[in-house]
Amino acid sequence: MSEQGRVINYGDAGVEALRDEMRRDPSIVYIGQGIGPRGGNFRQTRGLWKEFGDDRLRDTGICELGATGVAIGAAMAGTRTVIDEVFLDFALEAITQIVQQAANISYMSNGKIKAPVVIRGAMGAVRNAGAHHSHTFYNWFANTPGLKVVLPSNPYDLKGLFKTALRDPGPVALIEHKSLYNAKCVVPEEEYLIPFGEARIVREGKDLTLVAMSRMVDLATKAAAVLEQEGVSAEVIDPRTIVPLDRQRITDSIKKTGRLVVIDESPSSCSFAAELLAIAAEDCFDELQVPPQRINSLPVPNPFSPVLENQMIPSVERIVGEVHKMMKSSRRKA
Amino acid sequence: MSERLVTERISPELLLTYYKKLLELRLFEVKVQELYRNGRLPGFVHLYVGEEAVAVGVCSNLETPDLVFSTHRGHGHALAKGVPTRIVLAELWGKATGSSGGRGGSMHMYAPEYGFMGTNGIVGAPIPLATGAALSAKLRKNHQVVVCFFGDGAVNSGSFHEAVNMGAVWNLPVVYVCENNLYATEMAFLRATKNTSVASRAAAYGLPGVEVDGQDVIAVHEVASQAIHRAREDGGPTLIECKTYRYVGHHEGDPGTDYRTRDEVQQWKQKDPVKIARKLLLDSGGSNESQLQAADQEVERLIDDAVEFAEKSPEPAADSVNDHVF
Ligand SMILES: Cc1ncc(C[n+]2csc(CCOP(=O)(O)OP(=O)(O)O)c2C)c(N)n1
Ligand SMILES: [Mg+2]
Repeated sequence: MSEQGRVINYGDAGVEALRDEMRRDPSIVYIGQGIGPRGGNFRQTRGLWKEFGDDRLRDTGICELGATGVAIGAAMAGTRTVIDEVFLDFALEAITQIVQQAANISYMSNGKIKAPVVIRGAMGAVRNAGAHHSHTFYNWFANTPGLKVVLPSNPYDLKGLFKTALRDPGPVALIEHKSLYNAKCVVPEEEYLIPFGEARIVREGKDLTLVAMSRMVDLATKAAAVLEQEGVSAEVIDPRTIVPLDRQRITDSIKKTGRLVVIDESPSSCSFAAELLAIAAEDCFDELQVPPQRINSLPVPNPFSPVLENQMIPSVERIVGEVHKMMKSSRRKA
Repeated sequence: MSERLVTERISPELLLTYYKKLLELRLFEVKVQELYRNGRLPGFVHLYVGEEAVAVGVCSNLETPDLVFSTHRGHGHALAKGVPTRIVLAELWGKATGSSGGRGGSMHMYAPEYGFMGTNGIVGAPIPLATGAALSAKLRKNHQVVVCFFGDGAVNSGSFHEAVNMGAVWNLPVVYVCENNLYATEMAFLRATKNTSVASRAAAYGLPGVEVDGQDVIAVHEVASQAIHRAREDGGPTLIECKTYRYVGHHEGDPGTDYRTRDEVQQWKQKDPVKIARKLLLDSGGSNESQLQAADQEVERLIDDAVEFAEKSPEPAADSVNDHVF
């Protein structure tokens, strides 16, 4: 990622990826609620309906189960589709189609039928939306064989990963974070693709490894900056896609630093953080100097009160605090 | 039905092909039942015995590129769509030569090369999928028609409501075929819903709804023919309710006698689709007894061949277990 060039936000980067790909591949059809003339609840399809019209930007009634099945069935028949669940929470209405049909179809058909569908939804806490509009259950998807899971943490990655998703044999769950839509960074206008399964070293460090996904990458980076002031050098890694996972790059970093902290917005039990700790135990046991740690949201429904929700979700302070404890604890091995 | 009617509505040659198909579906399932009861086949099977006229009547209107989405009770749909008995039986046997290489089984068998888009283990789920495939066909303007089979059990699901509504509002080339066999497992349709006319529900979505005798292959063929023609000409979807009955239990192993009377089963057996077609051929002079015996033997050989093929086929290689996840 470069420091110089055109700066746009996450929402615009997604629109740009879609526009490019819909121009390149006339078979792509986009299905969802409010994604036509309205341009998307999160402005995530703004301007596209004007260019591509009703045939390719298909507004539906409020029927996530039906519409998701329709998108999957169209994909099985050879039309590349995007189903925009808008809030990832609403994908729950359609979970049977995603898990039972889309994810299983390649295997069940012995590879004869593919479902080139992108299941798009925005997750996570933003502006105290409360329990029904804040879920982050990407770990469920990651535990579903046959589904790829993409978690863009910034506009640059969103553009490159979305374009890759729109060329993948699928199905791909592209999960954005609601509170990132206004995040900005340099995004080249030119075409680029980011392959799945390639983690990004957000910043290099030597004392410990912070692995974070989606919005938590920003928190980890801020925590690393604070720690740097104190003389602690943290490496920050963003897997970008958790299925497939760049196990190599992550374990290389853990082996190098000997310390791992994972920051994950889902609750800890059976979370993706738990998976990363298991990987560290399997692959880096000898190199780990202290037990690896995970920082997750507390296992409660998202509370409405800002005070309570802030308490629930990982914060820069919590990350820095955990790292302090970890750095103080004695080395397991010399 | 008189001779005049037969010749008016359908040629004897065509009726004979339907008869053979009906018999193929019947004998296939009877063979599966036997193999299953003898412990030869793994898994679970839901047999189509009694309902053959629906699949044959509908699919006899379809071309190979047309698509069929089916249910948990789907062997008959696969065969009627032209999937060879060999690869259907091999799939039920979990063999490498099966339509899904043994990865699917009875409720997850796919043969897109024959336009067969799968049986399905999830009641209701194929209805949105078929609707989506119809969207794909419409956008590609290839005159492909999609047929979706489902049971009376599926029509009380949200999938049915959401998908039929979408198929109607987007005017998609899909035909929704409900096989109303009066029960979903043990649950009588009239205990599950206040409105037991599936066809009448079409009005709720603004598409035509038609009810037809699902034991009469000619009647099913005619109704389906109109609906498929309409769909092909961009006239939109139709909902067809076929009144039918399964002679057997819900799945192999269910005696099917706790929730329905022997009388009821016997009454429906009087309207056996295979026998009706056979009698029609004889009565109309379309075929004589010896011609029909030859036809019967031909179908029996087809089934025997499938058994031999499936039995001798190799198992999938154990180390191929990870293939085709993505
Ligand atoms: C969503 C879902 N719920 C329950 C089941 C279990 N189940 C399998 S078949 C069946 C009955 C289906 O009845 P119907 O749709 O009328 O088809 P039929 O068996 O009569 O052909 C049920 C309840 C299932 N497979 N999927
Ligand atoms: Mg039924």
